[in-house]
Amino acid sequence: MVTNFFSDTYAVLWVDLRNMRRHWKSTIATSLVLPLLYLVAFGYGLGQGVNVDGVSYLAFVIPGIVALTAFSISFNGAASKLQVDKFFYKSFDELLMSPVSSYSIVIGKALIGVLRGSISALAIYVVGFALAAPTLLANPPFFLMLLLSCFVFALFGVLIALVINSHQSMSTFSTVVMLPMTFLCGTFFSLSQLPDVAKAVLYFLPLTHVSNLLRTTVLGQPFPWLSFVGLIVFGFAFFVGCMVALKRSSV
Amino acid sequence: MNNFIYTENLTKSYGNIKAIDNLDLQVERGEIFGFLGPNGAGKTTTIRVLTTLTRSDSGFASVDGFDVRTEPEKVKKVIGVVQQHLSLDRDLSIRENMEFHARIHHLESSKRKKRIAELLEYVELTEYADKMVDALSGGMKKKAAIVCSLLHEPKLLFLDEPTVGLDAQARRRLWDFMRRLNNDGTTIFLTTHYIEEAEVLCKRVGIMHHGHLITVGKPAELRKKLGAVAVETLVNNKETRCEFFQDRETANNYVQKLPNDSATVIIRDTNLEDVFIERTGEKVGDS
Ligand SMILES: Nc1ncnc2c1ncn2[C@@H]1O[C@H](COP(=O)(O)OP(=O)(O)OP(=O)(O)O)[C@@H](O)[C@H]1O
Ligand SMILES: [Mg+2]
Repeated sequence: MVTNFFSDTYAVLWVDLRNMRRHWKSTIATSLVLPLLYLVAFGYGLGQGVNVDGVSYLAFVIPGIVALTAFSISFNGAASKLQVDKFFYKSFDELLMSPVSSYSIVIGKALIGVLRGSISALAIYVVGFALAAPTLLANPPFFLMLLLSCFVFALFGVLIALVINSHQSMSTFSTVVMLPMTFLCGTFFSLSQLPDVAKAVLYFLPLTHVSNLLRTTVLGQPFPWLSFVGLIVFGFAFFVGCMVALKRSSV
Repeated sequence: MNNFIYTENLTKSYGNIKAIDNLDLQVERGEIFGFLGPNGAGKTTTIRVLTTLTRSDSGFASVDGFDVRTEPEKVKKVIGVVQQHLSLDRDLSIRENMEFHARIHHLESSKRKKRIAELLEYVELTEYADKMVDALSGGMKKKAAIVCSLLHEPKLLFLDEPTVGLDAQARRRLWDFMRRLNNDGTTIFLTTHYIEEAEVLCKRVGIMHHGHLITVGKPAELRKKLGAVAVETLVNNKETRCEFFQDRETANNYVQKLPNDSATVIIRDTNLEDVFIERTGEKVGDS
């Protein structure tokens, strides 16, 4: 049972790894364009001499950009391949007709997102580290939180890809839901500057907690347990959502 | 239960279209069963229900004694499926697609390579094995999809129009292959629009129409039931009419009495296509 779980999960991931192996350079390069532009535009353009919550804006915004990179690349990395498998290749059917369990399907399909998200986010972190080294730390908790975040976001991607039933609505979702989140969830500005109502709303979005977790751990501030619990709850909810969506996909 | 596939009152609707309508179907262990029917009859939907991809609305269906609704994981261990539509991963080569199938069907890693090579050889795809799916011709893709379904030596094989797009030689080779698999104990559930394919391969055929089975039996029995001899007449050079008779003698008598102006008259053995057309009122393959 347990060995099946691991070998099955790997079998699901294996296909996506094979695919990525063919295009890994361009895949990673394209995923870095936007975050690097943000870094230049916000970190340098805006950030000179500004302080937020007691640190330089550059040091403040780098973990935010790492968070949004993890968010969008993990999500898209998992969602886009699954969408293609489902709508264009129909190879997802093959998985559904095989003895591979739903657990392995969900986690295996998420792992490619985790991989792509964490590679891209780490690359941005390295650039940021070079730019603002003394204030940014290379803390183990930071890397752990980054990995966890990528996993939660990849599960979110799997969930959305399972639920949404056309390629068109997928791109609508990206623009209407994902894009605003990348800007609003404490990535570019501190939530402490917002009115309470807005703050309350943003706390119901997973990226807010990830921004908070990554920022505090990379700056060596006290660990935000509430955000940690929040993220775990989101991860669990996404996972359960995936399992339900998979059950209901057989209509 | 000796029935490998068993359904009772199986029903599945899409909106107000009844894709499967109270279907009662039995496929015996070890046979090649031909599932015929005009476009939209519900053949693919039936296969999707039996392979756990689609949930039926009501009724019962089992494969190898396992309820497809409540024990899908047991059903999945028994079956191999070639879908009507191509379902290969086009980001991968043929060999990688096969390896993917081998992995998800728990083929031991020590056996994988050999089995993949064997099957590639059999369908003459060895030299294309490392090409991407899109670099192959339509027929080659179809062959690749077929061998993918065979890697784990399923006890029951669903083939949804497997020979569409294959050339005559490839089709015949595939027939031989199916016979060989069947001799080795694989039960085969086959849909096709090529009636002669069903005729030469299948022990029994069922004809589906509007979601239920209207005829089922051995090809020879079905022909006999309709009449062993067919007389085709071309009326006014426009319309072909077919009449069926128990033997040559009655057929000849009938022909003798025909008015002389009915230009072309053909007396021949009844075939399965006649059965199909008589029962469904449609020509095979018409939409
Ligand atoms: N996903 C779906 N959504 C809506 N209607 C569907 C769906 N799948 C099948 N149908 C309908 O169900 C009916 C049966 O379709 P099915 O594909 O089972 O026919 P078939 O016998 O396989 O036909 P063909 O010989 O053309 O492959 C058709 O009327 C079809 O329009
Ligand atoms: Mg069909």
